[in-house]
Formats: sequence, structure tokens, C-alpha cells
Amino acid sequence: MARTETDPDNPSTSGSGAQEATNPPRTPNRRGIELVMLGFVAVIVTSALALISINQESQPGTQVLYYGLAFLALFGLTHLAVRRWAPYGDPLILPLVAFLNGFGLVLIHRVDIGDAAAAERAGETANAAAPSQVLYTAIGLVLFVLLIKIVSDHRTLAKYAYTCGLAGLVALALPAVLPGFIAPTKNGAKLWISIGSLSFQPAEFAKILLLVFFAAFLVSKRELFTTAGRRFLGIDFPRARDLAPVLVAWAASIGIVVLERDLGTSLLFFGIVLVMIYIATERAVWIAIGLSLFALGCAVAYPLFGHLQERVDAWLNPLTSDSGYQLRKALFGMAEGGIGGSGLGGGRPAIVPYAKSDFILSTAAEELGLLGLAVFLMVYLLLTARGLRVALAARDSFGKLLAGGLSFAISFQVFVVAGGVTGLIPLTGLTTPFLAAGGSSLVGNYVLVALLLRISDSSRRPQQPSRPQPKQPPIAEAHTELVERPR
Amino acid sequence: MSELVIQLTRVGFLALLWLFVLAALRVVRSDLRSASGLKMPVPGSNKSSNKGSDKKAKASGKQSRPKSKSPRQLVVTEGALAGTRITLEGRPIMIGRADDSTLVLDDDYASTRHARLSQRGQDWHVEDLGSTNGTYLDRAKVSGPTKVPIGASIRIGKTVIELRS
Repeated sequence: MARTETDPDNPSTSGSGAQEATNPPRTPNRRGIELVMLGFVAVIVTSALALISINQESQPGTQVLYYGLAFLALFGLTHLAVRRWAPYGDPLILPLVAFLNGFGLVLIHRVDIGDAAAAERAGETANAAAPSQVLYTAIGLVLFVLLIKIVSDHRTLAKYAYTCGLAGLVALALPAVLPGFIAPTKNGAKLWISIGSLSFQPAEFAKILLLVFFAAFLVSKRELFTTAGRRFLGIDFPRARDLAPVLVAWAASIGIVVLERDLGTSLLFFGIVLVMIYIATERAVWIAIGLSLFALGCAVAYPLFGHLQERVDAWLNPLTSDSGYQLRKALFGMAEGGIGGSGLGGGRPAIVPYAKSDFILSTAAEELGLLGLAVFLMVYLLLTARGLRVALAARDSFGKLLAGGLSFAISFQVFVVAGGVTGLIPLTGLTTPFLAAGGSSLVGNYVLVALLLRISDSSRRPQQPSRPQPKQPPIAEAHTELVERPR
Repeated sequence: MSELVIQLTRVGFLALLWLFVLAALRVVRSDLRSASGLKMPVPGSNKSSNKGSDKKAKASGKQSRPKSKSPRQLVVTEGALAGTRITLEGRPIMIGRADDSTLVLDDDYASTRHARLSQRGQDWHVEDLGSTNGTYLDRAKVSGPTKVPIGASIRIGKTVIELRS
């Protein structure tokens, strides 16, 4: 028993041997395990690529091996950067992200092949999404490394809280207010900003900026949210005037639905606010208030907006309604996959519209089946669990709240997308983190994970050997603190 | 490509995927142990050689557990930081609102440098650093360096911490 328990540690102790020489001894930082897991991911991704090329009747060749090595090199470099600048960060976050991103690339490539075949039959050429996704992966990783290098302590972010909040709000509102030629309406949503051939969704970055703002805001104003107001039906309700922040968030998310016509972003935004208030106050009544506001918003908005009715109609009657075409195709694809799937490269996922982006989970389910889809959900679960563990271990309230909010953002996106694709909830336009094709989403999520790793590093890092103690501050300064009397 | 090989690779690849999940879960499990301080060596043990420190840690951990109950970690049981654990490593732990504290409190009732926990021999002592609202060990106000028994609660503002073995 004792033997097996120590086994997982062996790579870490041997791998971090060089590190131990400079750092204070005795705290394993487990970077070795990270490297081993990254190697495992590279093997999986390479074999997935090889399987696809075998099943598509083309010879696998040595090219596949080069792709695999390039993937390993890219994440190996990131690993070295983590070793250098965040040596005590969580060992599992980077491998899990690498798995999702790598597999996402493989699935996108898979759909590209299908699209190309279909286009050839129609006498056209389809443009492949995989090359640009590789580029975005590289950009995301560079940003990831830069972030963990520049932000050496996450608490410095709290100082820029209001700047972040303002920037986030502007970014969120930008597509809504800009004229149509800069912010075009794509697929019914006015979420993009495109300059020339470059287009991105500012909401993906706004999400993170606003998370930073809320974390800092809640840390300084926590009292406000725990002040009990009237007691009614055995529940302590907050005072009416303390509801303002929630109402503002609610109004903003309604505004997104109305002006940008995007349900997903609005849902994500409001969900993050609610959960962060809940984490900060531990009072479930905030969730109840938020959910009833949400229900109210839905009831009011539903008869007014056609695009909402379409979504709900497609959800309730995917097989008969006109707007349920995508969902119908996806459901049939997943049914075709069954328990074990058709094998990579054996299905026809490309006939589902948006099989590379919104419906990438149905692509995975068709070719890998329920068993394969469950792997993805498990990986997301593990990623969220690691994030929540970072939050638990954080040594300061800001880090705790930020890590909690960031990991919630990941899991909530997955829930909304997976629920939408499988027909559990109405389909909304959120992206599957790291998996789906889409540059802004991928880069934004790398920023998110970099912050998580940064907080994790500072919470697991052994305390610095006592820095020169400040020589007993002058008495005049030592006792000039405001004492607040309990009211 | 024959049908049999396709079926075999299909099953094999799914098995590989689940192997990855299991490997990740294994890392989670081992991490749980090391971070909860079970494998951490006793503070103050011989730190001369880095080689084989893991083995030594285990050995010394085994010996000292029944003999002398030295606390291994600090756990925040109440307050905004509830759930945070810090492994004790022999270095003093500073608690307060200052950014460079080991435990950074965001509490109006805590001072910038509120209290310090430090090790003397096998025991940990708590010391108030001239805080405005005081530090309490169980119910008693701490005036000088006071020995902290395992499981006793130290109250600082709204935060309660405990030492555990």
C-alpha cells in the first residue's frame, strides 16, 4: 500500500532535483509530473491524428509524427516557462488544458477533411479552420507565458480593479454600440468586432476583466452583502438598497440580450456575478434573488424577441421546427455515435452545421461515443476541481474569489454548451473552452488559466525565508489604526 | 484497412483516453496527500542533504507522529479565508493585513501586522504584535508569547485559526 502511494511522486522528486538546489528544500513542486502528463497528452493527440488519417484512407506518413512533436515542443516550452516563473503552480492545470486544446485541434482538422470532401463534390473549395486555430493556440500560449511572467503576484491586479471593470464594461458594450460595418451581425448575434479580415469577440476578454473587478469589489464591500435586512418566511433578505449591484448586473445582462442578441454571453455574465456574490457571502438567498430576477427577465423578454422564441422552439421541438435544423443534425450524429462511437475518422460529423465551433461536442460524441464524450466532461470536471482547489488554498480573499470565479466560468460555459448541444437547455452561443474553433475564446481562456496558475503558485509556494523584519515601526505609526465599533 | 484493426484501434483509443483520466485522478490523489501535510517532513528535522529527503521525510514522519505531536499545518476554520491550509515549515508565520503577511486578512478588525506564530523547539508560540483589537487564544487574550496547543483556536478579528498535526 505504502509502495503504491509513493509511486506518483517519484517523477516529481527526480524531475525537480535541479530545482531543489536553488530553492529551499523539502517542498516538492511537482513540475516533473506536469511534464510526464504533457507527454501523455502528446501521445494521445498524435495517435488521434494518426487514426484519423488511417481511417480517411490516406497513408499516415511521418507528417503526423512531426505534428505531434511540434505540439509537444509548443507545450514543452510553456512548461519550461511555468518552471521558471510559476514553479509551484498546480501540476495538472496545464496538461488538462493541453489535452483539450490538442484534441480540439484534431477534431477541427477532422471536420476540415469532411468539409473539404463536401466542397469538392460541390465543386467549391472550403477553407480549413485548423491552421488558424494552431496560430491562435500559439498566440494564446505566448500570452499565457507573458502573463505569468509579468503578473508576479495576483494581488497587484486588485489595485487595477476599477480600471479592469471599466475596460470590461466598455469591451462588453463595444459591439453593441459600434456601427454595423465594424461590428457586423453574424448568425444573429452582434458580438464581433472586425477590422479588415481580423475579427474577434471582445466579450471573451471582458469576462475576465469583469471577474477581476468583481473579486476586488466584493473583497472590499463584503460587509454590504452580508448585512441582514428584513426577515421574511424564515429567510434573511438583504436590505433593498444593497440590491443595487445585482440589479446593475441584471440590467447589463438584459442589455446584452437585447442589443447584442446573444443569450450565452448574457447568461455567463449574470451567472458569474451571482456565484461570486455567493462565494463571498455564503448566503444562498443571493442565488434565489438572482434566479428569480432571471426568471422575471426571461418571462418579460420571451414574448418580445423573436430570436428567443426561435431558440426555445428549436429546443422543445428539434425534430419538427424549422429553426431546429442544427440541433436535429447534432442529435442524429450523437445517436449514430452511440456508446463507443464510430471511431475517429469513421463518422460524418461535418454534416452538422458549425461542427467545428458550437457543435464540436457533438463531433466528439459521434466519433468517440458516450464513452469519449464522458472523457471530455471528466477533463473539464478535473479542471474545475483544480481551480476550486486553488481557490480553497489561496492565502488571501481576493485570490480566493478570483480563482473561484474563474473556475466557475469554465464549468458554466461547459454546462451551457453541453446542455445546449444535447438538448437539455435551449441552445446558446457560448464556446466550449479550449475545444471549439475560435480565436478570441481560445486566447481569452488561456489568459484565464494563466491567472489560475498564478494564484495557485502563490498559494503553494513555501513561504520566503523571513525577509528582514521591519525594525519595529515607530510608535507613532504603529497605533494609528482606525477602530470600527461593531454597530 | 481491415475491419478488425479499425475496431481494435477504436477500443484501444477509448481505453487510452480513460487511462489519461485515471492518470490525472492519480495525480489529484497524490497531490491531496502531499498538500495536506501528511508527507511533509517534521519542521526542524535535519535538512543537510537534499538527496533522498523524501525517504528521510517519511521515516522521520513515522517516528515522530506517535512520539511528539508537533503541529504540521495551520488551518483557517472561520472567517473570509476559511478552508485555507498552510503547511508549517519552521519559519515564522505572519498574520495581518500587510501584503507580505503569510495569511493576508481583509478584516477591519485586524491590524496591519497583527500576530506572529513562531516555532521554538517542537512547540509553536503565538505572539501579538501590538494589534489594536488583540489576539485571543481560546478565550484568553494573548499578551506575551504563548504556547499554542494543537487544536486550540486562535482568534484574530473575525478569523479563527487552528494548528493541526
